[in-house]
Amino acid sequence: MTDTDDQHEQPEHHGHHPHVPHRHHDFDEHESVPVGVPAIALVGLTKSFGDLEVLKGIDLEIEPGEVVCVIGPSGSGKSTLLRCVNRLEEPTAGQVLIEGVDITDPHTDLDAMRTRIGMVFQSFNLFGHLSVRDNLCIAQRKVLKRHKHAAEAKAEEVLARVGLSEKIDEYPARLSGGQQQRVAIARALAMDPDMMLFDEATSALDPELVGEVLAVMRSLAESGMTMMVVTHEMHFARRVADRVVFMDGGFIVEQGPPDAVLGDPQHERTQRFLRQVNER
Amino acid sequence: MGWTDPVRPHGGGRLSVRTTTRETMHRRTKAKAWRYGIYAVTIAVILVIVLKADWGKLQEAFFDPQIFADQFPKIITQAARNTLIFTFFGFSGGLALGLLLALMRLSSIKPYRWAASTYIEIFRGLPALITIILIGFVLPIALGVRLPGTYTAGSTALAMVTGAYLAETIRAGIEAVPRGQMEAARSLGMGYGQSMKTIIIPQAFRIILPALTNELVILLKDTSLLFVLGTTGATIELTKFARDSVGDTFNGTPLVAAALVYLAITLPLTRAAAYLERRGRKSR
Repeated sequence: MTDTDDQHEQPEHHGHHPHVPHRHHDFDEHESVPVGVPAIALVGLTKSFGDLEVLKGIDLEIEPGEVVCVIGPSGSGKSTLLRCVNRLEEPTAGQVLIEGVDITDPHTDLDAMRTRIGMVFQSFNLFGHLSVRDNLCIAQRKVLKRHKHAAEAKAEEVLARVGLSEKIDEYPARLSGGQQQRVAIARALAMDPDMMLFDEATSALDPELVGEVLAVMRSLAESGMTMMVVTHEMHFARRVADRVVFMDGGFIVEQGPPDAVLGDPQHERTQRFLRQVNER
Repeated sequence: MGWTDPVRPHGGGRLSVRTTTRETMHRRTKAKAWRYGIYAVTIAVILVIVLKADWGKLQEAFFDPQIFADQFPKIITQAARNTLIFTFFGFSGGLALGLLLALMRLSSIKPYRWAASTYIEIFRGLPALITIILIGFVLPIALGVRLPGTYTAGSTALAMVTGAYLAETIRAGIEAVPRGQMEAARSLGMGYGQSMKTIIIPQAFRIILPALTNELVILLKDTSLLFVLGTTGATIELTKFARDSVGDTFNGTPLVAAALVYLAITLPLTRAAAYLERRGRKSR
């Protein structure tokens, strides 16, 4: 990991509490997580909406520092899968282990676990009534109980990281889609998450604004962040991902290094999907 | 015949094209004729009123300067003051109750939803006057409960009515905030209540601000229904004050004075709300 962020704001003891998770203030800091434990582990995950079975038994492990791109046709269940990772979607059956902690267990403090998992949405979802500064500070203050100065310093730091320092006093409505999404990434980073989920982060953007968001995501990946990325951007997957997962019909059909899955797909459905994508 | 010109370049005006154009023109002419007709009727009505009205008598009955002056300062220091006090407590209570009911209606717990729906259906369905009588007279007789304080009974009754209306407004406002806002807040580790309080409800109130202003103005005027509680002396509000004054003077001027005081309150209020609305739109 190449991350150089060494400003620990609130140094904490590093205990071993599988069910009472304590926070890390730096995603480089994995002392509290047993060595070799995956960042994300999905075990036999299923999800049904009424009669419709969207996920039909998914097993997937993502290692710390790994960048995994999930691709597949619309309706394949990839967004639902991602939303199950922080339980925005309630899995019907199966387990979701975050750094070894089962967050489907009712005894787990879900809110505390969610602070470790940054999430970026297709529709940005910045808080419209708050300035960029307050968007970045509100959860730091209310959830992590950081002091005003610490929260604002963090806000400035992550905003600089996405290249939008000068927009700190703007309101979201006055930013372009690309800028809004970069602020949304900064908002997630301000919580010092151990991992980031991206749910089609560039799908709602005008084509000329996609690049700036992908650039931020790429630099994040290069800094060693654990990332699970649902995307339609095949170039991004090929260049940035450590592993590509192809989903169709609620199953993982094929996975492996990007060159293998995207360059030489073994499965007929993967081949068909990639042909359709490339013909656009 | 200007309307044929644009048709000519496209083949000398085929019949179908011509007909359509003629129909459009016809419709436009008709709309214009209607508009002028409405103007003419309006002007005629105003003229008839101005010419036919007995201005002398009218002034005598409704615009007596001496009686008008006599209304002051009590119409302000007592009547308008009480109207504003009832409005303030009625609206504050109504907002709190409405918010509570709205959250109950959105709750995942069924009995909460039922209780809230029942309350809303009943008190939105009843005339405000009956609720006021219920609190002012039926409650003390039935339960022996007499609400303490001069303003309490009236304010409570108004809050109960306003709360039922506001509950539906606030619920609609909360539902109008995009789902993604709650998801974003929860994904940052905020709890449900905290997300509601800091993210959803502030945005909901921005959305429903025009409706809230409306409700406030309606409530302000509904304070006049409190006369049934026998509002005199300490609790007398604008309308009752004016009616008493009309009884004393056998003249309509106090009503006009009260009307002007009502407008002096409501007009700045609605203007202020419109300003807030414009300002809020910038940040949304």
